[in-house]
Amino acid sequence: MSVHKSLPHDAAPLHVTGQARYVDDIPVPANCLHLAFGLAEIAHGRIASMNLDAVRAAPGVLMVLAGEDFDEIPDCSPSAHDEPLLSDGSVHYLGQPLFLVAATSHLAARKAARLAQVEYEELEPILTIEQALAANARFEDGPRIYEKGDVDAALARAAHIIEGRIEIGGQEHFYLEGQAALVLPQEGGDMVVHCSTQHPSEIQHKVAHALHRPMNAVRVEVRRMGGGFGGKESQGNHLAIACAMVADRTGRPVKMRYDRDDDMMITGKRHDFRIDYRAGVDAHGKLTGVDFVQMTRCGWAMDLSLPVADRAMLHADNAYHLPAARITSHRLRTNTQSATAYRGFGGPQGVLGIERVMDHIAHTLGLDPLEVRKANYYAEMGGKAGVNVEEGVEAKGAGTAHKISSGTGGAKRFGGAHSPEPMEAGQQTTPYHMPVTDFILNGLTAKLAEACDYHARRAAIAEWNASQPVLKRGLALTPVKFGISFTLTHLNQAGALVHVYTDGSIHLNHGGTEMGQGLFQKVAQVAADRFGVPLDRVKITATDTGKVPNTSATAASSGSDLNGMAVKAACDTIRDRMAEFFAEQYQTKPAQVRFADGMVHVGNEAIPFDEAANRAYVGRVSLSATGFYKTPEVAWDRIVGRGRPFFYFAQGAACSEVVIDTLTGENRILRTDILHDAGSSLNPVLDIGQVEGAFVQGAGWLTTEELVWDDKGRLRTHAPSTYKIPACSDRPRVFNVALWDAPNPAETIYRSKAVGEPPFMHGISVWSALAEAVAACGPNYADLQAPATAEEVLSAVKRARG
Amino acid sequence: MTDEVVFLLNGAPVRITDQPSTRTLLDWLRETQGLTGTKEGCNEGDCGACTVVVTDAEGSRAVNGCILFLPQLNGKAVRTVEGISGPDGQMHPVQAAMVEHHGSQCGFCTPGIVASLAAAHTNGETAFDDVLAGNLCRCTGYAPIIRAAEAAASQPVPDWMQTDRDAVSVLDAAPLPFAPTSSDELADWYAANPDATLIAGATDVGLWVTKMLRDLSPVAFLGACADLKTIREDASGLHVGAMVSLTDLHAAIAPRYPSFAEMLRRFASTQVRNAATIGGNIANGSPIGDSPPALIALGAELHLRKGDSRRTIPLESFFLDYGKQDRDAGEFVEGITIPAQPDRLRCYKLSKRFDQDISAVCGCLSITVENGTVTDAKLAYGGMAGIPKRAAHAEAALVGQPWTEETVRTAMAAYGQDFTPLTDMRASSAYRLETAANMLLRYFHEDQGTLSNVLEVSA
Repeated sequence: MSVHKSLPHDAAPLHVTGQARYVDDIPVPANCLHLAFGLAEIAHGRIASMNLDAVRAAPGVLMVLAGEDFDEIPDCSPSAHDEPLLSDGSVHYLGQPLFLVAATSHLAARKAARLAQVEYEELEPILTIEQALAANARFEDGPRIYEKGDVDAALARAAHIIEGRIEIGGQEHFYLEGQAALVLPQEGGDMVVHCSTQHPSEIQHKVAHALHRPMNAVRVEVRRMGGGFGGKESQGNHLAIACAMVADRTGRPVKMRYDRDDDMMITGKRHDFRIDYRAGVDAHGKLTGVDFVQMTRCGWAMDLSLPVADRAMLHADNAYHLPAARITSHRLRTNTQSATAYRGFGGPQGVLGIERVMDHIAHTLGLDPLEVRKANYYAEMGGKAGVNVEEGVEAKGAGTAHKISSGTGGAKRFGGAHSPEPMEAGQQTTPYHMPVTDFILNGLTAKLAEACDYHARRAAIAEWNASQPVLKRGLALTPVKFGISFTLTHLNQAGALVHVYTDGSIHLNHGGTEMGQGLFQKVAQVAADRFGVPLDRVKITATDTGKVPNTSATAASSGSDLNGMAVKAACDTIRDRMAEFFAEQYQTKPAQVRFADGMVHVGNEAIPFDEAANRAYVGRVSLSATGFYKTPEVAWDRIVGRGRPFFYFAQGAACSEVVIDTLTGENRILRTDILHDAGSSLNPVLDIGQVEGAFVQGAGWLTTEELVWDDKGRLRTHAPSTYKIPACSDRPRVFNVALWDAPNPAETIYRSKAVGEPPFMHGISVWSALAEAVAACGPNYADLQAPATAEEVLSAVKRARG
Repeated sequence: MTDEVVFLLNGAPVRITDQPSTRTLLDWLRETQGLTGTKEGCNEGDCGACTVVVTDAEGSRAVNGCILFLPQLNGKAVRTVEGISGPDGQMHPVQAAMVEHHGSQCGFCTPGIVASLAAAHTNGETAFDDVLAGNLCRCTGYAPIIRAAEAAASQPVPDWMQTDRDAVSVLDAAPLPFAPTSSDELADWYAANPDATLIAGATDVGLWVTKMLRDLSPVAFLGACADLKTIREDASGLHVGAMVSLTDLHAAIAPRYPSFAEMLRRFASTQVRNAATIGGNIANGSPIGDSPPALIALGAELHLRKGDSRRTIPLESFFLDYGKQDRDAGEFVEGITIPAQPDRLRCYKLSKRFDQDISAVCGCLSITVENGTVTDAKLAYGGMAGIPKRAAHAEAALVGQPWTEETVRTAMAAYGQDFTPLTDMRASSAYRLETAANMLLRYFHEDQGTLSNVLEVSA
């Protein structure tokens, strides 16, 4: 069994010795050109004149291209075709690429790009939510509204009304490896693209479109990224397209990588949000109804903003059963970088909205916030969950005929996107009318609260706070329930390609990309397990659009779920063929042929796998297969907000303790305990690594990571000197992470659960703990905003004191 | 004299004659040598992905390769991640531990982490939060990296990490024409080239090249001026040469002014402190440099030299206005003197992130109390004005008054007369003013033994 094992990242020995190769490390031919963009210096307006003579005359410059040099400016958008590679004369944000320089070195290109003389006709930029609303600058014709029950009636009858507003800042991805692409022109105008991207098929599609060539003329290869976090789902398009355009015109290899400041000025970030809430609660803090209005600044182009905003709406309930709910979402167009995918994809913002409501209810009613949370949790349905857990669990070392069964009790809860079946009596549903059948947070929360000694520590902290004039501590336990599946349903598919060579070595390829999350290792573990061979028989190879076509982005935490299943299908196809071949040879049934311990067991024989592979080859058995998987059951209507967008929910809870300084607002995370649900983990250490890293990233989002634009629309935090992601000492002093070890009721690969995004929201426990510490400073509701920088914490302290 | 830069690269001598003097080590490694293990993450010394180990006769230190110019390496040894592995490809203990403890995810920051940890491992340093303050990792949350560092700490230093220190002594590196070897030589050269850029650690000037894309010429590298690197103590105080690194300054300060040392611990990062000099931190005239407020609060004197003429001024009078210092063309900072005194200094560095961040406010307060009455107060601040500046009105409100909270609160009200700070991406004007005054209250609380430092609290 190679699955469910704690194995190191497959590339770890390459990482630590510097041998792991990223795009900028690939040796290039000597005539390679290097690109840089010249960037707009205003946020909104038109180019009155652009003199590029000095750019062209600069040392090392071979080519300078502006919008006017294209018959049709290539489009870089992943959605609405609204992102020209270079300005068409209009300027939509400060940092927008206006022209392109090709030079003999990266430095020469950067230097030349600064020499342009551009004059603008400036227009008033739309920067704020108020400005966007006033101008009705938005994507889609109006707000999206999801609704369940009669919210207005519920609020009218409520014992208490809690209302307020939270501003939630965005977040820079700060992948350590900046955006990069390398295009190598081939014979006949074909292009090979190496790109740091989560979405090779998108790059292929956009490059082909830009070149007016079919997709089969472009092959994209991605071995690894130096971090992605959603920032390389669509934001690499510009670089790959720019390189391809210059390669096409010059016939030379072309590379482009953004300098860090350029990267931060040009590319999109996490959407910032403003959430207004009006909640009705009973005397015990139980919600009777809640009305959310979510505003988000999408930036200048559509990019992925619609599904991001959708997901924020879909997570407005988080772990809580809302008897009546209305979620209104405004997707506003502003003259700033086009906000894009970022780990959680809107989910964290939605979750923070309701967690803020929980804290506010607790403060108003004088209750322990954890008790308010628990009172509002969905119920655990236990055995009533739609899926029979036992049936789907893989038999260990099962024979060839055994496959994860398809079709279970969980299927077909909805007949189609627009026709949800009537709900069973007593069924609990989300605000988008999806039954919640796999909720586990009641038990999980109880276990975590006990393990971290929540109640005793809360009491001890209250006592400590009473004795301290300057410092205050806070403790908070927050849950997360995160929906797994692409909400654009057709993306929930994946492919794989597996070869077995005559020496028994296995070549593995699939559509997922490796950005550090350990996807390749997990999927290799699946392949090794299917063939019953040691992991070192499996070679993990670079993602390649020439091997597996039409892939979805490695996003939405879906990498292992989708590609693991596709690889399993491919392996099983080969295994079935081999089983059939040996069954015939040994006069037995294919189901009696077993693949285990590096052997093929048939009859009383045990044939080493390499020998078996060779014998199958000699017997003219095809040892290569593709695999395909599509997630079952998901179907929904994003316009009306009804259906089953998610195959299942990944869950978990975190408890954080913080201390604040009431003189400066400085703060520290003293301890964090996390219990996270990764199903039956494919690789527990890799999953724990995801949880630890996601938590710290989430805590960074809500504390030190502050994006600041000035009133001209210039991003002032465009380098690590001014934009502060967590450093080493910012992790919790005491940091305990454990996995909730239970199989996924949904039939996922070996009953594991997706783990990339869900633990990001554990960072909310830090924000909530800060709110608790602030609450210890005075009687008023402190109205803590996000990010809770030291300055914001100090402001909140003063508001608490009144 | 020769233009040839000679150093050891992963144990083998290299001789460089064809590179501009402001070519960075990182670019040269990656673009010229094809040694791509060392990464560019930010190109400004803030992320540490480019960290390498530099060894000279003094020992081994981690530095950022992205803001290190090749001539700074003359006569030294460099080990990149490739050379931190053994000659036969064996892993260094920190490399093996990083694999075993899952310290890498995307792997891009990893070579820099390995270099920082390898330098610390060689030196037996185990304060890993400080060792790694200048290495950003976006994937792991750092916990597994620390587990790896702790596991490797007990392993012996590999042979190949110990050879550079001896090998550099027999390296036949000649002085470079633009790298004076003494204060006298520098004085002559600079008097003759008053428009030149003096490069000490290059942690600031490096960015002029990598970010502002300036062509610097002529330049002088001061790293070979041995007599500017001395620290000497006598009855009058501590005399520190301009080319003393922040790391070495920290060691000298720690036993005398522990709060200043604690602030220096949080000053930039290990890599930056290893390269940056006290002279540079003063001479660049930044309003947010962290050492001037502390030194001003200690009443430090600044020694300036131009040709053969020397003068000494109070450090605080060196800073005239934003971007303007009391320094003639061709004049340079030779050193400082910190007068001997009882330690009453407390330094409060307030920044958005605790470690490796530029201060929003850096308050350095030294208040002398005799028989319950304040007899002297020096309240020096960075980040509150265009220059490092003292809170004169607040000081006046303290001196001669009883050392009580009432006096403190009266003085706090005077800060508005002392400062009109800026609002920028680090902090608002109001927050700066409020916290600057609150630092005085914190000083009082600390003096009274009231717990007021979040770093002293544990769960």
